[in-house]
Amino acid sequence: MEERIVIVGAGQAGGELAAGLRKQGYQGRVLLLGDEAHPPYQRPPLSKGFLLGKVALKDLYLKPLETYERFGIEFKPGTRVEAIDRSTREISLRDGSRLAYDKLVLATGGRARPLSLPGLEGARLENLFSIRSLADVEAMRGGFLPGNHLVIIGGGYVGLEVAAVAVQSGLRVTLLEAAPRLLSRVTGPEVSSFIERIHRERGVEFRLSCEVRGLELDEARRQVRGVSLACHGVPERLEADLVLVGIGLIPNTELASAAGLAVQNGIVVDEYACTADPAILAIGDCANQPSAYTGGRIRLESVPNAIEHARVAAATLMGKREPSAAIPWFWSDQYGLKLQMVGLSTGYEQCVTRGSVEHKEFSAFYLKDRRVIAADVIGRPAEFMAAKRLVSSRAEVDATRLGDVAVPLTSIAA
Amino acid sequence: MTKIKFIEADGKEHEVEAQEGQSVMQTALNNLVPGIVGECGGFASCATCHGYVDEGWQSKLPPPDAAEEGMIACAFHVKPNSRLTCQIKVTPALDGMVVRLPVSQTSE
Repeated sequence: MEERIVIVGAGQAGGELAAGLRKQGYQGRVLLLGDEAHPPYQRPPLSKGFLLGKVALKDLYLKPLETYERFGIEFKPGTRVEAIDRSTREISLRDGSRLAYDKLVLATGGRARPLSLPGLEGARLENLFSIRSLADVEAMRGGFLPGNHLVIIGGGYVGLEVAAVAVQSGLRVTLLEAAPRLLSRVTGPEVSSFIERIHRERGVEFRLSCEVRGLELDEARRQVRGVSLACHGVPERLEADLVLVGIGLIPNTELASAAGLAVQNGIVVDEYACTADPAILAIGDCANQPSAYTGGRIRLESVPNAIEHARVAAATLMGKREPSAAIPWFWSDQYGLKLQMVGLSTGYEQCVTRGSVEHKEFSAFYLKDRRVIAADVIGRPAEFMAAKRLVSSRAEVDATRLGDVAVPLTSIAA
Repeated sequence: MTKIKFIEADGKEHEVEAQEGQSVMQTALNNLVPGIVGECGGFASCATCHGYVDEGWQSKLPPPDAAEEGMIACAFHVKPNSRLTCQIKVTPALDGMVVRLPVSQTSE
């Protein structure tokens, strides 16, 4: 019988893997199962162009439906997998049917972390949102009316991108962040304060070092009316027409876990995307993999990682072994300003900036042992690829030259 | 119908039908052409859709904007006819265009 690869999850990683197998000439059956109604689509524009109404729904699709048919990829939307039976190599679906696999790839992604506050149990709140899927944005758009007050809980990229779109759409925006500065887990204080400034200039209000104490609901417990909080111990109440929660992602590991596979901040895989079961792989946001870049294990939530991890898995499934050597990178877009980030700045000893913070064109390099371990490039796209090379080569640099725009970045490595 | 021919670095050719209004990058993705990755989804942020536009076709394209120029300036294996295929929109005037792909979109 023909060999069958079943991919659970039709996000960016799952879709990329299905396409990658065909690109590499895989001859067996490829089944791509997604629980949403859509073929794989781009998520980054959800909190930017799509929310703003500038990107049409069909332009979010990574490939048209017709491509999957044409290349023999059996895409099954609206299909939810309930369990994996490793002994018989079958999965069971919500509709009660079972599906056999020779190789199973878990590309299950993650879901938005819900707000954990007392008193919210059982409440189905119509104006409390998170952004992970197309449906989430479609639900939230109705409240995107000029004059409405949007309270955003969480000062990470999703919260900030939505804040930018919201003030541009005429909403009043207040963003609450538990840490003393924005993006505190992913960037240095220089970039945090810059980002805060560009948002304040557009009218976004912030409450930093802020503890959310509770949501005030209407009598029917269907609508949030207000948010109570405390900044440095000083209590405050904000009226809210809608509330967005952007406090991170929970990887979807339940299927793997119930099947007895190791899970530790993601489904544990080796450098070839394999779990301990030789018939099961895991890729993308849901997978915890060894990293050549950090030397440890890592779980990354990003499109470049989803694509790269899908490439690794495709090679493995084709009988090759090609571990990932990619450097993590991310991008964001706020008010048309391009932010490109490469590497992970955790543990840096020195931050060197290059260019003009005032003119919104600068790069921040994070150094450890005289080497560039990460960089944030803002409005200077020509420097991004060079920064990527500095991070990947781990070359020693001279901090003074690095900070001098007169010295070409390509000649910095000692 | 507008046809575009992609030629991989190893010489393998893919002649595909392109839809007017879509980007050349999307055309490659829709037809599973290897060698175009398109990590950033077409927003000129990653240079993983870099291609070389053949002689004669360059003049038929609008010149790159600042964002594209910036990404090209520091991309790998750059040539004078380098473009980001995500920034080129398909028009009937491009029928027959040849786009050659660099050795790799991701490695040095």
